[in-house]
Amino acid sequence: MGSTLTLVAFWILFVLVVASALAVVLLRNIVHSALYLVLSFVGVAGIYILLEAEFLAAVQILVYVGAVSVLLIFGVMLTRRGNIRQSNLFNAFSLAAGVVSLALCVLIILALARTPASLPLGSWPVDTVGALAEAFLGPFVVPFEVAAILLLVGIVGAILIAREVKEDK
Amino acid sequence: MITLNHYLMLGGVLFVIGLFGALAKKNAIAVLMGIELMLNAVNINLAAFNRFLNPDKVVGLVFAIFVIVVAAVEVAVGLAIVINLYRQRLNTSVDEADWLKW
Amino acid sequence: MIRYAWLVPLFPALAFPVIAFITRRLRTLSALVGIGAIAASFVLSLGILWETLTSGVTMEKPVEYALSWLALPGAKDWVLKIEAGVLVDPLSAVMLLVVTLVALLVEIYSVGYMHGDPGFSVFFGYLSLFSASMLGLVLANNFFMMFFFWELVGLCSYLLIGFYFHKPEAARASLKAFVVNRVADFGFMLGFFYLFLMFKTFNFRELAEALPHAPHMGLLAVAATLIFAGPIGKSAQFPLHVWLPDAMEGPTPVSALIHAATMVAAGVYLLARAFVLFASIPEVSLLVAYVGGFTALFAATIALTQRDIKRILAYSTMSQLGYMIMAMGVGSMTAGMFHLTTHAIFKALLFLGAGSVIHALHEQDIFRMGGLAKDMKVTTATFVLGALALAGIPPLAGFWSKDEILLAAYSNGYTGLYILGTVVAFLTSFYMFRLIFVAFFGRRRAGLHGHESPKCMTVPLIILATLTVVAGFIGAPFVPHGFSSWVYFGEPHHLEPNYFVMVTSTLVAILGIYLAWLIYGKEVISAEALAQRWRSIHTVLYNKYYIDEAYLWFFRRVVLGLAEAFHWHDRHVVDGIFDGVGDTVRWSGYRLRYLHSGSLPVYALVFFAAVVVFVLWVATPVIGGIR
Repeated sequence: MGSTLTLVAFWILFVLVVASALAVVLLRNIVHSALYLVLSFVGVAGIYILLEAEFLAAVQILVYVGAVSVLLIFGVMLTRRGNIRQSNLFNAFSLAAGVVSLALCVLIILALARTPASLPLGSWPVDTVGALAEAFLGPFVVPFEVAAILLLVGIVGAILIAREVKEDK
Repeated sequence: MITLNHYLMLGGVLFVIGLFGALAKKNAIAVLMGIELMLNAVNINLAAFNRFLNPDKVVGLVFAIFVIVVAAVEVAVGLAIVINLYRQRLNTSVDEADWLKW
Repeated sequence: MIRYAWLVPLFPALAFPVIAFITRRLRTLSALVGIGAIAASFVLSLGILWETLTSGVTMEKPVEYALSWLALPGAKDWVLKIEAGVLVDPLSAVMLLVVTLVALLVEIYSVGYMHGDPGFSVFFGYLSLFSASMLGLVLANNFFMMFFFWELVGLCSYLLIGFYFHKPEAARASLKAFVVNRVADFGFMLGFFYLFLMFKTFNFRELAEALPHAPHMGLLAVAATLIFAGPIGKSAQFPLHVWLPDAMEGPTPVSALIHAATMVAAGVYLLARAFVLFASIPEVSLLVAYVGGFTALFAATIALTQRDIKRILAYSTMSQLGYMIMAMGVGSMTAGMFHLTTHAIFKALLFLGAGSVIHALHEQDIFRMGGLAKDMKVTTATFVLGALALAGIPPLAGFWSKDEILLAAYSNGYTGLYILGTVVAFLTSFYMFRLIFVAFFGRRRAGLHGHESPKCMTVPLIILATLTVVAGFIGAPFVPHGFSSWVYFGEPHHLEPNYFVMVTSTLVAILGIYLAWLIYGKEVISAEALAQRWRSIHTVLYNKYYIDEAYLWFFRRVVLGLAEAFHWHDRHVVDGIFDGVGDTVRWSGYRLRYLHSGSLPVYALVFFAAVVVFVLWVATPVIGGIR
């Protein structure tokens, strides 16, 4: 892939991701926000492909676009109340939040602009899936299993918390 | 020529947008969305660092996958909490969530 | 015997709890326990004195043994070491005998005097506690222990002055004694702490050895002066004498034991114990001598006009204590201690005699008495003997000891003090015989009739009277190996009898008696006319130079004014600071509680604001600081 082409693809994806993320944050309808969130997740998956991490991109699509987004939309559905057009408003502290966020943004951009970035690309495994498999079942086997337990615990915990409690009177 | 800084810039901007969403929104689900955006930004950074600084090993990708796992769990538990909150108070506004002072 | 010296204070010390907790309801048994304990101590003291004088224990070679009571390592190379020890030398042996003898006789006498009093048992308990404390004080081998017992005798004095605590005067008098003594004791305490800082020891002998290497004579003089505050208070010297006359509110046996013979002599004993300290600083010695001499004259003049039999004796005691302290000051410890010994005997006799009169008449004003000689033969005879001794008529005890003091002042070059002492001797014989002619021989003024006291009261009087005749000879100048070869400082110095001093003092004493006889016995000179003629002087003397009033004024105006100022300062400045701190905290809490809104977004916001600050801090080298 040519470097110019990569750059063009990056900027397209950049605009896509940032614009849809802004839409998530700024829109007043929570359903629209959720849909733009999906778009943003897809853009991030594209970024992973640009980074030659195809497996990660696949996981991103599966987990975020497939599972997390659906979960969030379910959440919206279950807690919907009042006018849907006014379902995603700002809270009382939006101004302060904006100031804090902007300050952090300026800091990050300043730091990046002043950091020399002429790092050459190194050798990258052709088969990232194989490399990941070896990593997960080799040195990272214990965290891998712990993550499995975490998922289980998370699911059980979510059920416990969300379970409807019978009023005992 | 694309560099590490491009990706980091994207990660940074995405993180800040997510942060703003998490801080400024009223709806608890929107707050969760902001948090998801922040986690994505972190994942972009992890992958980019892995690709540019240490391409011999795929540790960054492993980390990113763990983050995705944790994020999935977090969304599940977080939504459960939001639903519980909704049951108690019949809305999901974080403005009203002032129980921490008890 | 000396090995068991520590038992001497222990007997009465044990008697006190026994009486207080076990035999309190059994009056006779209480008295027996008290008397038995002090009798055991008396026998032991006799043995100790005998062994001391025969086995070569001298002032230079005392017997000392101690338990370590407290040893704390301090800074550098010294330790804070406090001992509970016993120091037996002729000085403490003589003192032990005096204290146990008088205490024994007073306790026997009290059986009659306190007969029928509801606090009979308690009285014997207090007397036992007092005896124990006093004996402990005498035996103490260091300043700390001495101070401990010094305070204990002060406490007993307080308890016994206020024995009739239902009488407001007695309660006030006990309080006064306590407060005045506190002032003095505080000085004493500061003084010996000061010595400790200089020499790192409380022990008398170690102090005496270290004294020549004193780092600074000026500081040593300050310490000695502070220590002298103790005797000023305890031995009722000017200007802290005011408590002693009021202390006469206590039962008369108490006055005899504590406020005449023993406790008030503790100050003199302290001067004797620490004599090396005072002897090494001539300026302080001079102060001691003049305070003593002044008090002797001062108290004697007040005694001239008093009407209360016990108060006359109290001022007389003050005056005689002044003599002893003057003797210490002019450098003759021997004379001071000798006078202490004889004075203890004849003053106890006088007080017990006065007690016998009061017991019979329930009256203390001598001008309401009269003609007692016919009713109370034994009391009168012994009282007159005691008064003759006090006046200094040879060959009674008082003559020899007073003579020795005058001789010491005379031969050590203090001519002024010698003349003063002679004048005091004249005044003494005058006021004593004024008392005797008015109370015992005059006409019956108020129609009061006395009756002789029971045997248990007269027998101690007779014993003391006998001793009054005999005791002087142990220190008489012509007796070899007498008192002056036992108790001395430095070299045993045997003063040659000086007939000029002897004859003069005897003559002025006889003159005093004669004058008293002329005024109050034969009444050829009218006392009223004299009082009218010297009205202002009489008033001043009768009101004790208005010292009490001056103190009261000082207390009311200055002390209470200061207290008021401190009170204001405490209320408004000190309390203001603390209240202000509390109010500030409460106010800021009231304001700051809005931070704890419990609101999630606020917490998240604050958290990330902190993150921004943290990033700024971490990223500063990259960004290059804020320009």
